[in-house]
Amino acid sequence: MKQDLIYFLPELIVSITVLFLFLLDCFIGKRSRRIFPVIAFIGIAAMMLANKSSSPLPSARFFSDMMVFDHVSVLFKYIFGLAGLIAIVIANGSHELEKVDKANYFTLLTALVLGMMLLANAHHFLMIYLSLEMVSLLSYILTGSLQGSRRSSEASLKYVIYGGVASGIMAYGISILYGLTGSMTLTGVAEFLRMNAVSKTALYTSVLMIMAGFGFKVASVPFHMWCPDVYEGAPTPFTAFLSVGPKAAGFAVLLRFFFGALSQTTTSGIEPIKIIGLPALLGGLSIATMTLGNLAALQQKSMKRLLAYSSIAHAGYMLLALVALNAEAVTGVIFYLSVYLLMNLGAFLVLIIVGDQLGSEDISVFQGLSKRGPFAALLSIVMTVFMFSLTGIPPMAGFIGKFYLFGSVIKSGHYTLAVIGMLNSVVSLYYYIRVVKIMYFDEPVDGRNLTTPMVSHASTVFALALLTIYLGLFWNGLANIVGQAKLF
Amino acid sequence: MISINSYLFVTVLLFCLGLYNVITRSNAVGILMGVELILNAASLNMVAFAHFNGNLVGGGIFALFLIVLAAAEAAVALAIVVSIYRQFGTIDVEEATNLKG
Repeated sequence: MKQDLIYFLPELIVSITVLFLFLLDCFIGKRSRRIFPVIAFIGIAAMMLANKSSSPLPSARFFSDMMVFDHVSVLFKYIFGLAGLIAIVIANGSHELEKVDKANYFTLLTALVLGMMLLANAHHFLMIYLSLEMVSLLSYILTGSLQGSRRSSEASLKYVIYGGVASGIMAYGISILYGLTGSMTLTGVAEFLRMNAVSKTALYTSVLMIMAGFGFKVASVPFHMWCPDVYEGAPTPFTAFLSVGPKAAGFAVLLRFFFGALSQTTTSGIEPIKIIGLPALLGGLSIATMTLGNLAALQQKSMKRLLAYSSIAHAGYMLLALVALNAEAVTGVIFYLSVYLLMNLGAFLVLIIVGDQLGSEDISVFQGLSKRGPFAALLSIVMTVFMFSLTGIPPMAGFIGKFYLFGSVIKSGHYTLAVIGMLNSVVSLYYYIRVVKIMYFDEPVDGRNLTTPMVSHASTVFALALLTIYLGLFWNGLANIVGQAKLF
Repeated sequence: MISINSYLFVTVLLFCLGLYNVITRSNAVGILMGVELILNAASLNMVAFAHFNGNLVGGGIFALFLIVLAAAEAAVALAIVVSIYRQFGTIDVEEATNLKG
């Protein structure tokens, strides 16, 4: 038990930070609320340091098989930590969140990071369900945190209804899987399925039902309906976090579920179990998700909705790698998630900077952005970098990410799927490049110039853009780290 | 002696009623009641399977946590419904539609 705490140290640090922030809220006056983001930032940064020191430890299961520690969980904790840090920087000083109670917002945001970390480490279905609900419940609250805003309330209502149904279906699916296999742990389920024959229909039903919960978290078809409405209604700094953090956590648990419970190690490596046609199911879901996301994004007027549908499409690309279900797929998904974190948060931050000053979130607000003064010209270049990277054009990091994703699919022999994925990237080119086009070739609707925003926002957006280009040119370092990641 | 099939019949019925409720109702509280039915179906399933598998711990504990989580989710959801009522003057989900596209 005592040595288990070594593996739990990063989570422990964030838990203590959250509890401390809750307590502080009772004792500190309304005027010194500025301390909350600082403490949350320090807590998450300390978590990342602890995570670094725990990374050489060997893989292990701890807390009576409830949780697992391995290299993949270390990498995911870095992703969550980075997303949390950037989300704190973005939210601190945003005009939209001025009226929101800072104490609540940053405490809940830190707790959300904790929930995502627990989800990425879960090995027992109870742990998976509890941490999934922790992430969901906090997301509902933060989505509705804009008091007196109709859009925010409506978004959180839609979110809580879809989320409640999805998690209910998932709980029912888990109960069927438990009845079939008599085991609640991922590896226990895999062990049972290797040794015994089970009813194909029942197993397929339970996997489909469990996919409802995971599909809801990563916004895959048919559980994507909440996504555009919630992204549009939620405060933009939280939307930015929602589009990368919980989505990454969803993919972490998807990887664990499919590699832990539904595949087996054979002489030629890891293979999906043969009883049910997993590649066909995931391939179908992935194609439907990316095609719907890309086609719906074509006709959006609001930038937030465009980015919402684009995030659905990106979930589709990452699901594609899961079809392969080989070691390269793990590398591909984690590499893509780290790159996606940079470029998507960057795109949202540009939208926040522009939207805060020009007072709109429509795509039309980008019209002639490059002609709105020197800072706007610089910001247009940065936005172009993010848009090209999201499309997957070299030399941006998005291209390398897609290269690894499609590489794992091709290696497993699913050529048709890889071709459909690439065709979808071509479709996405249209709506990403349209944003670039109107920034440079249209005239601004009024004569307002963009002023320089606060230093933290400006430096973050430039750092994200530089990293996006840097990883597109020198990806070897990150690829080596991610390539060594082993599940379980 | 009641067989496992009887339990499964009841839980499937509960699950389907819950899902039907969610799909057909437009009252937000009505929908939340449907979600509760689905969660109760899952809890009952857990306990029944735990009993018939001879392994009482896993399923029983899961059912306990499901009850707690259902309460937590209801608390959050009802708070959101109150906020919807303040903004829109109704809790009909078909009338609270500002976001479209």
